[in-house]
Amino acid sequence: MQAGGDIALALHHAHAAQPPLLELVKDAMGAASPAASVRPAPDVPEPDDEGPLYVARRKIYPQRVKGTYRTIKWIVLFVTLGIYYGLPFVRWDRGPGAPDQAVLIDFPNRRFYFFFIELWPQEIYYLTGLLILAAMTLFLMNAVAGRVWCGYLCPQTVWTDLFQTIERWVEGDRREHLQRDRQPWTVERLGRSGLKHVLWLMLAWWTGGAWVLYFADAPTLVKELATFEAPLLAYVWIGILTFTTYTLAGHMREQVCLYMCPWPRIQAALTDEHALNVTYRYDRGEPRGSVKKSAALRVQGMPAGDCVDCYQCVYVCPTGVDIRSGPNLGCIQCGLCIDACDTVMAKIDRPARLIAYDTDLNIKRRQEGQPELYHIVRMRTVFYAGVIAIVAAVMAYALATRQSEGISVIHDRNPIFVRLSDGELRNGFTVRILNKSLERRSFVLTVEGLADIDLKIVGDTVTSGPMAVITVGPDQSHELRVLVSTYSSLPPAASIPLTFRITDAQTGQRASAVDHFRGP
Amino acid sequence: MLERNPADQEPDVDALTGTTTTGHVWDGIRELNTPLPRWWLWLFYATILWAVGYWIVYPSWPLVSSYTKGAFRWQSRDAVVSDLDALKAQRGPMVEKLRSASLQEIASDPTLLDFARAQARPAFAENCAPCHGAGGGGGRGYPNLNDDEWIWGGNLDEIAQTIRHGVRSGDADARQGAAMPAFGRDGILKRADVENVGDFVRSLAGVAPDPKTDLTAGKKIFSDNCAVCHGETGKGKRELGAPNLSDAIWLYGADKPSIVEAIWNGRGGVMPAWAARLDDVTIKALAVYVHSLGGGEK
Repeated sequence: MQAGGDIALALHHAHAAQPPLLELVKDAMGAASPAASVRPAPDVPEPDDEGPLYVARRKIYPQRVKGTYRTIKWIVLFVTLGIYYGLPFVRWDRGPGAPDQAVLIDFPNRRFYFFFIELWPQEIYYLTGLLILAAMTLFLMNAVAGRVWCGYLCPQTVWTDLFQTIERWVEGDRREHLQRDRQPWTVERLGRSGLKHVLWLMLAWWTGGAWVLYFADAPTLVKELATFEAPLLAYVWIGILTFTTYTLAGHMREQVCLYMCPWPRIQAALTDEHALNVTYRYDRGEPRGSVKKSAALRVQGMPAGDCVDCYQCVYVCPTGVDIRSGPNLGCIQCGLCIDACDTVMAKIDRPARLIAYDTDLNIKRRQEGQPELYHIVRMRTVFYAGVIAIVAAVMAYALATRQSEGISVIHDRNPIFVRLSDGELRNGFTVRILNKSLERRSFVLTVEGLADIDLKIVGDTVTSGPMAVITVGPDQSHELRVLVSTYSSLPPAASIPLTFRITDAQTGQRASAVDHFRGP
Repeated sequence: MLERNPADQEPDVDALTGTTTTGHVWDGIRELNTPLPRWWLWLFYATILWAVGYWIVYPSWPLVSSYTKGAFRWQSRDAVVSDLDALKAQRGPMVEKLRSASLQEIASDPTLLDFARAQARPAFAENCAPCHGAGGGGGRGYPNLNDDEWIWGGNLDEIAQTIRHGVRSGDADARQGAAMPAFGRDGILKRADVENVGDFVRSLAGVAPDPKTDLTAGKKIFSDNCAVCHGETGKGKRELGAPNLSDAIWLYGADKPSIVEAIWNGRGGVMPAWAARLDDVTIKALAVYVHSLGGGEK
């Protein structure tokens, strides 16, 4: 365990056998000397500076389990991985001259395609909205039911789950695997281990392979990859993702959650007493005892818990946590211990859900004979849902009203204005006209704001007067140098707003940008 | 404050977490003993190994007067050179087109014009901007290249000629013209004459002089001394490099002291000949670029 987790762990842990947290805090606050109140001084031993600075990883052999949450995890796993591996092959017809891949990040052409949406690099702010949505959804999930992300949706969890399943196929379930690992290296053990790593690497390679398909036409790239004609960069990225997948899902597993991921720390700070978490109901479980002993105690009317100390919840845990020691940084709340415990409870004929999605608050209320309290709709869930709704609405509006044409204008910095020989004043502008549609379009460029205006476009000897016609190719932008001049006499230190407007010659769609005409 | 308590050697176990403590106590707060994972240590060793590999492969250690060159003698300078070569090769065909096309052909072909302007922009910034300004806006004594007054001519060929050979640069083909004499300093005109002709020159450009000023004296002096280069109406003569005095553009300022100073001390701007420093393609690109700034003539 690490320091950050220990705080959360200490704060949340309230084991039945230990004094309740509140009393501890009261003790500490009421006492004259805090040091003395927490623990009498003589108990504190000499600092153990000779102890190990590093701890070896304890290998975890998660046991196979069946039940509701396992089924949910399977469904989520197949759906998410199905999307990940399959999405690049989904086609979406955009007409001639545009890629027909539904989801494509086209770096060479600086375009992002997502079904009916096509984004240009300057529209990267949509990503900001997406990130806000993602964060708020994460917070909302946490406020409602704890680490839903960690337990079911996180790629680290999903791939680790898949890798552990492969491991169980090849090297057997927990007991068998443990036994095998204790034996010397035989040909069979070597063979099994080798097979496992080969399968892992194949899956990891496939993961990297699917990744690169999002950046090029998938069917073409698959063909190229198979015939070793794909660009080197594709192989490099597949290599990188093969390495990370194989390492993180095969070897690092829970270490990623325990040591590398920031979310468990943030999550501990964001949670509250009403958030449902995978919880051991110690009000029901304690005191623990064997089936027979507990039954005997019950007959005598003595307190006896339902927990039979069978350790099934620990054995199935993918991060090797004992849920019975309370909310825990290492617990990704995947619910597998619920399934394991329910299986045992069914066998010993006790009610299910000794471990369940519950709150510590409810345990205390039950102990005090008060009714349970479920508070899904509360300040923070409403706030998170509200932010999600607002951001989603803004994004939907922005996408729905997204223009397929655009114009941007930059005023010359040097010189700000030019006085011509006949006294005429001229300003130079760099104008960029964007055509985001897939057809060649002609735009009428007008500049408004000054009477007596004359437009000149460098390289265009035809245009004169207050407007010009500019043709821009499909899905392209076109940069022009535009000289705007006027005979009107301007007031001193003039800065007159100019509106540069483009109007599609056929459809009448318009876009405009504002800059200024500057005089002496 | 770190307190240490001398007591028994049994490891202290935290009641809430079941974790042993280090025995360190700060104001009653004890520290749980949570060692780093061992693979963290391995990563640290791996970074050390990486560093050693880096020393071998890349230039890294400074020596007294040089540095270790690395196994492949790679250096970023070579990388820049090869990048530039690649860029040159990529631009090659367009550069060849620029070389073979006439200035008029470049200016009338949108693709070539764009390319020439793009090529010229950095060349202008490196060579021309120190005097003429980043955007060719000029300054006192340095002509504004955006406007439509050209001392030596403003069509493509004339601009290219000026860039190639310069103005009073010592180059055999330089724009020589006739440098303006120092009428006052050399004693050709008296102070009052200079003042009078100054008023008259300003009136040519429509800068209203004091209504009481008598322009006849100035007009007479102008006809006798100035008109030979600047013309009777002050329109100037390009072959002599004599600027137009009747328009709104003043290289040294339209105020009377500036004009009087010009008449008293004379003028004769210079510009280096760039043919020796820049290759022909760059000069052509610069000519097209300057022409496209807005004042280019046919």
